[in-house]
Amino acid sequence: MPTFVMTEKCDGCKGQDKTACMHACPNDLMVLDKEKMKAYNRHPEYCWECLCCAKACAQQAMDLRGYADFVPMGATCTPLRGSDNIMWTIRFRNGMIKRFKFPIRTNEEGSAVPDGGFPADQDDLKSPALFTEPASLLLDEVPTPKK
Amino acid sequence: MPINVETVEVTTDLLLVGGGMSACGAAVEASYWAKKNGLKVTLVDKAAMDRSGAVAMGLSAINQYLGVGKGKNTVEQYVDYVKQDMMGIARDDLVYNIARHVDGTVHLFEKWGLPIWKDENGDYVNEGRWQIMINGESYKVIVAEAAKNALGMDNIYERVFIIEPLMDGDRVAGAVGFSVREEKFYVFKAKAVMTCMGGAVGVFKPRSTGEGLGRSWYPPFSTGSSAYFTLRAGAEMTCQEVRFIPVRFKDAYGPVGAWFLLFKSRATNAFGGEYMVERKDELKKWGPYGQVKPIPANLRNWLGMLDESEGKGPLYMRTEEAIQKIADAYKDDQKAFKKKMKELESEAWEDFLDMTIAQALLWAATNTEPEKKSSEICAAEPYFIGSHSGATGAWVSGPEDIAPAEYNWGYSNMTTIKGLFAVGDASGASAHKFSSGSCTEGRIAAKAAIRFIVENNDQPNVDAAKVEELKELTFRPMNLFEEHKDFTTDPEINPNYILPKMFMFRIQKCMDEYVGGVSSNFTTNESKLNRAMELLEMMKEDSEKLGARNLHELMRCWENIHRMWQAESHTRTIMARKETRWPGYYFRADYPTIDEDNWKKFVNIKWDPSSNEWEIIERPVIDLLK
Repeated sequence: MPTFVMTEKCDGCKGQDKTACMHACPNDLMVLDKEKMKAYNRHPEYCWECLCCAKACAQQAMDLRGYADFVPMGATCTPLRGSDNIMWTIRFRNGMIKRFKFPIRTNEEGSAVPDGGFPADQDDLKSPALFTEPASLLLDEVPTPKK
Repeated sequence: MPINVETVEVTTDLLLVGGGMSACGAAVEASYWAKKNGLKVTLVDKAAMDRSGAVAMGLSAINQYLGVGKGKNTVEQYVDYVKQDMMGIARDDLVYNIARHVDGTVHLFEKWGLPIWKDENGDYVNEGRWQIMINGESYKVIVAEAAKNALGMDNIYERVFIIEPLMDGDRVAGAVGFSVREEKFYVFKAKAVMTCMGGAVGVFKPRSTGEGLGRSWYPPFSTGSSAYFTLRAGAEMTCQEVRFIPVRFKDAYGPVGAWFLLFKSRATNAFGGEYMVERKDELKKWGPYGQVKPIPANLRNWLGMLDESEGKGPLYMRTEEAIQKIADAYKDDQKAFKKKMKELESEAWEDFLDMTIAQALLWAATNTEPEKKSSEICAAEPYFIGSHSGATGAWVSGPEDIAPAEYNWGYSNMTTIKGLFAVGDASGASAHKFSSGSCTEGRIAAKAAIRFIVENNDQPNVDAAKVEELKELTFRPMNLFEEHKDFTTDPEINPNYILPKMFMFRIQKCMDEYVGGVSSNFTTNESKLNRAMELLEMMKEDSEKLGARNLHELMRCWENIHRMWQAESHTRTIMARKETRWPGYYFRADYPTIDEDNWKKFVNIKWDPSSNEWEIIERPVIDLLK
């Protein structure tokens, strides 16, 4: 299946109501088997391989096995997502390893302020200006077509 | 009903349905104006906002950024680009409106924490004229965070799948749906409702039908819910024929933008021929649009498809050649050359890892190092997406300071139904808004929706009997399954119901074979379209026999009902437009040429909830910039 859960590593998010992978999956594919306390991907053929589940897994219990109907076996592509960057380990079918690290955000998680610090003082519901404009446009006014 | 379902009722002022980029933009903007006017905003999402919608995986570029305030481009130039790329059919007013605001939204993204590539002068790094490069793994997480901070989690309902609009005569009154995690039926009553439920994937049979079924270019969880919602409300729809087919890296559908635009790669066929050069004369057949630069997306597709049809495939992205060419500039300095190669390799991999991880895995699984070896590209299956180079969606009002009278009925992005707004993939004829423009359109519409509520501040009536009827309808697949499950020894084979997966395959097979999917070489004609309509009619009847074993499967049932309606409005509209305007998206063999004299217009469509009749409505294309 596209993303899979490693039996030994999965702790079922320690009996919480829902697991991190269940919370993350945009397609509602991850399920917690409450008897075994292990999560699984219930419909691999609906999996987009977005890895939102694997990135969210605190136990690193998830990995990716390519779509069996067209991807040759043996390669892996494993994320390790931190607070401000993501590390990728790519293993080729022939054994070659490549590692990449990319930034994912420039500030602390949770700190996104809706107005972004731009003056938000609009009060005319009828004007075309959005609440951070014109400042957020770096213009003096909202453009209108040249007649 | 056999299963015990609680009803949860939520009354609000503005209801945002969906949690993707456009919904997040709407949440941020609506919160500001709602607070000023003492109104309440509620958002309902079928997934969790951090990772819902088309940007769930991330993106490696922002495809709409003009740089107007930096003197790089004008809004007019963008409008012209979009109009040409869409073969002359676009709403200039809507495109203008998004384009004049989009830079501000991108600047907000940066403030919210999105890493945008910068050059040595601190300017954004352009991928192409309108595209800027980002480190976008957490793009959606960051945008959702701003939206959640604006709205507050108390006003957000996650894992609730909205399926039907609630109406009060000619005005929208809310929406109903169900939790995909607990047996709860949700009734949202609102003064205005915004449709932000994305486009549609899986209407056409995908190329991969095994496990790779899920590896669509656009997400498999975008299932036509927007189109269904606005159609069922009785809203007029536009450009339902203007599907989108992306040409991408074969099988895993990795992005080609960085390769074509940033790395300046060529695409060649199996014999080394470059179809964009060898088939230049073909472009003359497609009106003035064949002569513009950049060449419209569908025409670029078309030239490659002609090579494929003539047996000249596979087509290749010449990655190794492109990388070598860039690195060659450093060839006299071994150290600099090595450094540049390393940098290019990293950029190439990040492009995939940020937005199409499956493609990175496919490279690794096939021992492909892009700097050493070309990769195949090919046309994907058709999708419905109003935000990219397709244009499907609702027909919405333009901004009053720009739109001509024919395009304006008071509130930006309001559909032809009072109080019902549509944005992102849900609004049509305003292509090329992508992630940033969709978020921006959400903001524009949110302000307009708050104004609508202030000026129409009464709670629409909701008929309690209708709500009960909808509840029964919503859970019918589960009840039907319960009723009949013991008739056979295998729940997969039972003559009393059809499970959603097989129902999806029925839609896909019909559309693929008769409405111009992959296996029919994207070609159709009137006889084929009529056959599709016959099959769709029977599907519609059989959709009442959908069965679901659990809530998850109930979601799949409704997703496929939604897909089926998108399929029907598409088929009917392709039938009505008697020309071929977008070769490379679809080809009508019975009308194989473009007909500027008769068909340079919108072919809109509407379903009437009271009569159950469909109507085709022709609307003029009005040029804003002439």
